[in-house]
Amino acid sequence: MTQNRIKIVEKILDANDRLANENRQRFDQAQIFAINLMASPGAGKTSFILATINALLDDDVQIGVIEGDTAPVTLDADKILAAGMPAVQINSGGNCHLDAVMIENALDQLPLESLDLLIVENIGNLICPAAFNLGTHSNVLIASVPEGDDKPYKYPNIYRGLDVLIINKIDLLPYLDFDMDYFRQGVEMLNPGLKTFVVSCKTGEGIEDWLVWLKSKITT
Amino acid sequence: MHELSVTESVLEIACKHAHKARASRVTDIYIVIGRLSSIVDDSIQFYWDIISKDTLCEKAELHFKRVPAKLLCLDCKHEYHLADDLMPCPKCSSPRIRVLSGDEFHLESIEIER
Repeated sequence: MTQNRIKIVEKILDANDRLANENRQRFDQAQIFAINLMASPGAGKTSFILATINALLDDDVQIGVIEGDTAPVTLDADKILAAGMPAVQINSGGNCHLDAVMIENALDQLPLESLDLLIVENIGNLICPAAFNLGTHSNVLIASVPEGDDKPYKYPNIYRGLDVLIINKIDLLPYLDFDMDYFRQGVEMLNPGLKTFVVSCKTGEGIEDWLVWLKSKITT
Repeated sequence: MHELSVTESVLEIACKHAHKARASRVTDIYIVIGRLSSIVDDSIQFYWDIISKDTLCEKAELHFKRVPAKLLCLDCKHEYHLADDLMPCPKCSSPRIRVLSGDEFHLESIEIER
């Protein structure tokens, strides 16, 4: 019997990354701009999606939504369907994140050829979704100010992989001890120059800037 | 708690390479985890004992190498390791820093018996 050390050096989530690449190819083929929307529970993911859908109603942009939830509820998907857009609900079965396989399956249930924009609403969680590439073009995080200004320092991993940051619920700033400079300093250390939009879904403040950016990414 | 899917990937990769090397069993598995990766060793170990049963990797020992995050201060060019929380440059207090490494999460090697 001989003992041998075998050098491997393989990314542990390599299989997920490969599937994510396949998802990306499907998006590109169908000319869809795809977003992975992440946040903690209650940060305003669904309201943000609805605000985006409603604001783009007159622009003839076809939006599909994949809703991730840990429990078998269709509350969020129902809201999207009510807004007139195709939505697929994924129940992750108690799992804490969506992965590339779940997206692949959900894509089969969407009219990809007619879509211009796909928004994936990930499971409300700041830890696990960061580790799983879905194949989307942009990783977007909604950080709402009631969560506190220390979140970049506590959850560095999710901030590392972002393409866009949305700071939401800024209408609440007068009532909170949220130090915006401290928050943004943490973000800057982890992800220098990160594209950031400061918004309130409630009052509509800042949403226009987000839409301008989003429209520049969509080919209709 | 994404450690279950992570542990399944570890098992899959280890078994694949063990099979290729015609191993009779895997005795040790070496995993590298960067400071900025959010992975809990204990949970991986917990799932590992369950899912590695009846595979080439049954009873293989998991070794976790935690590597610190490396940061560079853009102002004074000081390079330092992140020990605890994210912080500005310890030398000049500048917040203008760049993360050089710390996102690692890979299977480095396995030890097998033939």
